[in-house]
Amino acid sequence: MTTDRATAPGAVSGRQEHSLQREQRLWGWIFLSPWVVGFLAFTILPILASLVFSFTNFQLTDREAVRFVGLQNYARLLTDPTLKVALGVTFKFAAMALPLSIGLPVLLAALLNSKYLLNKRLFRTLFYMPYVVPVVSAIFIWGGVLNSDSGWLNRLLRSIGVQGPAWLDSPVYIYPALLIIGLWGLGNAYLITLASMQTVPTAFYEAARVDGASGLRRFWHITLPMISPVIFYNTVLSVIGLLRYFEIPFILSNGLGTPGDSQMFFNLHFYRVAFVFFDMGYASTLAWLMFVITLVFTGILFWSSRYWVYYASGDRS
Amino acid sequence: MAATSRSAQVPRLGGSFANTSPHYLKQLRRTGSYALVTLFASMVLVAYLMPFAYMIVTSFKDRNQIVASARGPILPVDPATFEFEGRQLELLKVEIDGEMRHMAILTKGRQSSTFVDPEDPSAEPIVWQGAWRTLQPVYTFSPRWDNFAEVWTRIKFPRLLFNTAFIAVMGMIGTLLSCIMVAYAFARFPIPHKNTLFMILIATIILPRQVLLVPTYAFFDAIGWTGTWLPLIVPHFFANAFNVFLLRQYFLQLPRELDEAAMIDGAGPVKILTSVIIPQSWPVIIAVALFHIVFAWNDYFEPLIYTLGEPALQPLSVGIQQFNFVYSQQPHLIQATALLGMVIPVVLFFFGQRFFMRGVIVTGVDK
Repeated sequence: MTTDRATAPGAVSGRQEHSLQREQRLWGWIFLSPWVVGFLAFTILPILASLVFSFTNFQLTDREAVRFVGLQNYARLLTDPTLKVALGVTFKFAAMALPLSIGLPVLLAALLNSKYLLNKRLFRTLFYMPYVVPVVSAIFIWGGVLNSDSGWLNRLLRSIGVQGPAWLDSPVYIYPALLIIGLWGLGNAYLITLASMQTVPTAFYEAARVDGASGLRRFWHITLPMISPVIFYNTVLSVIGLLRYFEIPFILSNGLGTPGDSQMFFNLHFYRVAFVFFDMGYASTLAWLMFVITLVFTGILFWSSRYWVYYASGDRS
Repeated sequence: MAATSRSAQVPRLGGSFANTSPHYLKQLRRTGSYALVTLFASMVLVAYLMPFAYMIVTSFKDRNQIVASARGPILPVDPATFEFEGRQLELLKVEIDGEMRHMAILTKGRQSSTFVDPEDPSAEPIVWQGAWRTLQPVYTFSPRWDNFAEVWTRIKFPRLLFNTAFIAVMGMIGTLLSCIMVAYAFARFPIPHKNTLFMILIATIILPRQVLLVPTYAFFDAIGWTGTWLPLIVPHFFANAFNVFLLRQYFLQLPRELDEAAMIDGAGPVKILTSVIIPQSWPVIIAVALFHIVFAWNDYFEPLIYTLGEPALQPLSVGIQQFNFVYSQQPHLIQATALLGMVIPVVLFFFGQRFFMRGVIVTGVDK
């Protein structure tokens, strides 16, 4: 980070300099104020308010009847059968999706970084494009492609003699279906991975080639360590994204979490408690539970990063 | 490896193969590598984008064509017919005298059928031996453009489009104003504990949205803003981490000499921002504007809860989602809707893709 301007240009006396710096600082706060106000009003205050709500029986439909209920909402966490299902679904799906959301961007970036690829810019743009398709449109499209009868995926399978499953109506195949739909979400991750690969100094590869390292070894011992900060960044964002996974199962199941409870993700349960049953007290408790879970997971990731993330500059800001 | 072993054969092949030199083979191998890698990437790309083809093709079909195409043709086509003595006859592909011809079927039979030749209808009908059901029909390409007209009016597309665009543009203005100001503060001013404040700003990225949602919703509800667009617009006037980060990175690498020159000329901080910083920053400002448009078009959850029960206020994402359930038996209309729902962000992306992708890279790689 560049140093702050300590002195104004030109020759000024000590007192003038002092008042000038004070003025600069004041201007700094003025320009910063939108964020400071927003941070207090839309982040700190709501976080604290939801902590307070979590100890109440706050119902949006009956504001007058609010009273403190102690740890009742927290006790309910232990007995809520849907919460157990929701945590199970969320973690199970995260365990399936995380390796893909870390690995596939690296593979795609490696392909698009190949020196033998013609027309790189076109490929880069077209592989990114699905990322800007609004999620509702994307779900409509995939819903059609995955349709068990008229969908193109099962048509393709049929043409090679395989009867495809009812992807979206089966509590088992719904997970592969969600993973397939998620493929269109790789855009950002692959693009920054590719950009990071392009910054690896070519001298490293030449030195390794002189030493007789194969392409695979060069990728493993040079490319991967050099892009590890980006892999780390993608991992953090993927973990956060998977913990708050909501829109796709919500739209696919019309807000019900069907088939069975297979799409009853944590956030869907939260949504139903808050905006179907309007039980804001317990919803706040659920929100805080998710907050703590997110903190724990990102904390573990940041702690682990010192063992596998390589910062070439030695600076991690 | 292959090149060296083959080049060893060159002398035996004689003079006419003189250009089969090691250099030539290396060239050949490189060309092969280009072809192989590019072909492979193209195949992956086709698979990746295949759903768009499904959407486009399906959005031009009607219901009958979709039912038929569960096994039949992929394109929106109708069986071709030929008018003969006031009747519409199906056209089939028939092999007659060892030649494939398009013939209109006059009488259908299990053992034999009679056909009329469309090119010569006045001639005697031809008798063909065999089961007519084994014959392939002839199709004509007939896209249903009126699907779009139907969807356009049914989902009140102009209304939804206006709602989305209004929310998106207002939010974009808010996000640009506030993020430019905050990024300018972080890039140029001596604020105490600036680094700590910046880390706090970045840390807000990992906050789960739902931990803020209940109190924020309750607050907007208490002041009567639910059922209006205000909760979808006003918070964007208070800056967000991604865009501030992106703008700050850009401002930091602008030369300070220009600021200082303007300062000596008597320009205040606001003047420096508007006449020195912003004119140099169009690429990143365009990127932030595009990010916001794409975000607003995609945003689903908050519009859903804040416009609950107010269909007239809903943006595209929420409006077309409900349509999905009402017309779940009409995939052609759903795909036409999907196309209408994505066309604006995708077109904007193609126009501004350089700025857009540059912006994504800066937020991801520099962090």
